[in-house]
Amino acid sequence: MKYFFFSFFALIIFSKALSQELETILENESKSTTDLILGTFNGTRLLNGHSIETRKEGILEFMISHRFGRVNSGFDNLFGLDESNIRFGFEYGLTDDLTVALGRSSLGKTFDTYAKYRLLKQKTGDNPFPFSVTLFASGVAKTIKDYAPDNKTSFSERLVYTGQVLVAKKINPNLSFQFSPTYIHYNTVSEQNDPNDMVALGFGTRIKISKRMSINGEYYYNVNPFESINNKNSIALGLDIETGGHIFQLVFTNAVSMLEKGFIAETTGSFFKADIHFGFNISRAFQLKKNK
Amino acid sequence: MRKLGLLMLLLLAIKEINAQDKYFTREGSISFYSDAIVEDIKAVNSQVLSIVDLTTGKIAIQIKMRSFEFEKGLMKEHFNENYVASYKYPKATFSGKILHIESLSSNNLKTEVVGKIKLHGKEKELRTAVVIKRDANKIIVKGVFNLKLADFDIKIPKILFKNIAEQVAISFELHHKPYIP
Repeated sequence: MKYFFFSFFALIIFSKALSQELETILENESKSTTDLILGTFNGTRLLNGHSIETRKEGILEFMISHRFGRVNSGFDNLFGLDESNIRFGFEYGLTDDLTVALGRSSLGKTFDTYAKYRLLKQKTGDNPFPFSVTLFASGVAKTIKDYAPDNKTSFSERLVYTGQVLVAKKINPNLSFQFSPTYIHYNTVSEQNDPNDMVALGFGTRIKISKRMSINGEYYYNVNPFESINNKNSIALGLDIETGGHIFQLVFTNAVSMLEKGFIAETTGSFFKADIHFGFNISRAFQLKKNK
Repeated sequence: MRKLGLLMLLLLAIKEINAQDKYFTREGSISFYSDAIVEDIKAVNSQVLSIVDLTTGKIAIQIKMRSFEFEKGLMKEHFNENYVASYKYPKATFSGKILHIESLSSNNLKTEVVGKIKLHGKEKELRTAVVIKRDANKIIVKGVFNLKLADFDIKIPKILFKNIAEQVAISFELHHKPYIP
């Protein structure tokens, strides 16, 4: 009797195995995996500042950015369009995680270079990780001769460094947040009371409104601003449009510079008094090296 | 006791026969090709799961969308995020039946496969030519067919019509080995 029950039990198990659908077998055989979260932000810039995104290995991104004059400067100045600050940049992905760049801004005839490294990546699946971290470091040199003739500054005196730890989380396909603690060091400052070292906290978000469009917002709170200027925290609102290899960003901001030290430390316009600059970032990605 | 032994033997035999009839792979290859005016896009996925049952001719295929590899890194991101929404629909599946499976031999058998393809949350009937053969211990299934993106509600923005074809060519080659559960 014992054997009977045992064999009956075995029969049930075997018949179950026999009637197993192919789809069920595949489902059981499919290994669960860990996937990287893609596209926390569309581009390498949130608006003024950097996002956690880097370009993939072998991609050269050519970036043209503009910030026009203040929109409240009136019709005579065509609401700011008469003036513009432009930055050209070449940004290259050495590896999927490391990007290096060279740029030139017309404002202050400024050269900039940066390196950006994706340290941690948000993941889902078997071994999930809740957020992404990217490290950013830049060096900026103003080359405009705006000094008194007898007071020529050396190259190193004109250098400004920025370091950032960019932390971001894609909450869902339509909503991402970034927190960007920032440290800025000026080799020289114009006034004695001005700090050489500055700390700022950045906050940013992307809200997708369609597959290829999003509304972005960015705010940097400057903890210890220069005392010699009436520094305002930088605010930017904008629209991102992504079309394959291009990204267009339309920006409304109280900052005129597109470099960290500029828009964080040197912004004087008040967003809420309509000292707003219209601007855009356009990027085109070229694949210099193909996979495999 | 003898009866039990016989029963067990019988069960084992059934199990053995059953297992021998199923052929499986987790390294099947599926690629798609989009031939448009401005840009040709090609992607390959070589981690396709497929199982075929030789007694019934039934076949089931499972494709992980994230495993498609592209020539350009940005394409993979755009494919997953903007076109197939792999965060929502991580897998595409096919389940169907290979017709005239009983004629399978070591020569190419040209026949048809009929079934349902599920992609981007949409299901559609598919009937396409397929070549199947037994090669040593392997069952090889291959073929090519076209797939209309609109059938699966995959939208191409107007601005990119010149970059992405409305119809993509899918080719598959699946080398199955005996399935050991």
